[in-house]
Amino acid sequence: MNIALVEYGAGNLPSVERALSRLGVESRRASTPEALAGCDALILPGVGHFGALMRSLGERSLVKPLREAVSRGTPLLGICLGLQAMFATSDEAPGDAGLALFPQKVSALPPTDRLPHMGWNQLRRTRPSKLLEGVPQDAYFYFAHSYAALDAGEAGVAFCDHCASFVAVLEQGNIFATQFHPEKSGPVGAQILSNFVRQADGKG
Amino acid sequence: MSLAHRIIPCLDTDGERVVKGVNFVNLRDAGDPAALAARYNIEGADELVVLDIAASRDHRPTFLETIRRVAAELAIPLTAGGGVANVDEGRAILRAGADKLTVNTAAIRNPPLLSALAAEFGSQAVVLAIDAKRAGDRWEAFVRGGSVPTGIDAVAWARQGVDCGAGEILITSMDKDGTRSGFDCPLTAAISRAVSVPVIASGGADTPETFLEVFREGRADAALAASIFHDSIQGLGALKRYLGENGISVRQTG
Repeated sequence: MNIALVEYGAGNLPSVERALSRLGVESRRASTPEALAGCDALILPGVGHFGALMRSLGERSLVKPLREAVSRGTPLLGICLGLQAMFATSDEAPGDAGLALFPQKVSALPPTDRLPHMGWNQLRRTRPSKLLEGVPQDAYFYFAHSYAALDAGEAGVAFCDHCASFVAVLEQGNIFATQFHPEKSGPVGAQILSNFVRQADGKG
Repeated sequence: MSLAHRIIPCLDTDGERVVKGVNFVNLRDAGDPAALAARYNIEGADELVVLDIAASRDHRPTFLETIRRVAAELAIPLTAGGGVANVDEGRAILRAGADKLTVNTAAIRNPPLLSALAAEFGSQAVVLAIDAKRAGDRWEAFVRGGSVPTGIDAVAWARQGVDCGAGEILITSMDKDGTRSGFDCPLTAAISRAVSVPVIASGGADTPETFLEVFREGRADAALAASIFHDSIQGLGALKRYLGENGISVRQTG
């Protein structure tokens, strides 16, 4: 199977590559529209700033090819900022448009507790989830963020509570995303990546 | 459901090997960083910190290679630092495989460095490390591995550092470091009350009770320790079980 990590100059590619490699899954990096077009599944990793991510994707002419790949049914996994990029806009960069796979927006978490939301937290599951198959209910995942999508309509399948209730896992058709970092979340994170690969491989 | 308190083993290195000392002096060899990292990754560490305490320019390529070797062993977050003085050095550390970087001396001398790092990598990647020593009824920040006093109040500096963009504070008590006499709870609590970002307590770790104290009285979000883990005086699993039994939210593993 041909899994591509979207490379846009920032992000956290090596740790995702290593996590996949531990599962016996080889991946490659895609930084051009052509490279995006010829793959079976895509992963959009992300750390940093919403505006910087969208501008980097724009400079590499990757916004439209990403949206087209999703329309064609190519499985896409967004991680952390990669989840946030799937929304229409973000409080972090009000002038920059997101990929708009979902019409809602990304909000700054209200400062009712310590921010950034940094460390290991648990999930509250609200709908059946393919990514969470085989993952214990009380499992902890590693988060590091100050912005989050509070609502993703039917696509929100698991939530986390810190400062507000926000989307921790979203799934809709061939679109998957986690606000936490599966590649940094030990064995349960590996299970999430393995579940995505299985979906992408058509064995889900 | 709540955010777990983190237990963070720390690898102080000379760039290449893990070293340890008491009160920042009398360093001796304590092993291979990648081997220790692999062990802590399995045993349930919530995060790992690797520091270059020599932080000499000559050794920087060696330290970057150490970060790469350590990161290759981990499925948990990695924080690295030591002598980071500008955005390019920070980028090199993150590119080598760290998720967050620590800054200390250069940030005190040039606080806008924190804003520059946060703008480039996001606040979640910028950890302000402060080495503090009691001075009367307050704490003074020291730089250059604890060797140079600054006259700056550690609590005020933590607050300013967060205003500049630091996303986390790593507070090390120089009075407690290496003594195994418990964390400095008053210092940690003073920092914790002063800032809105997570606080990692460091220096003085010993028994599970000392961790319980720093989470309760010190209001720490995370606790860091080195030699008690390197020397297997304290196991991570047993420590977390003890904390869980005493009502502290922790991520139980294995």
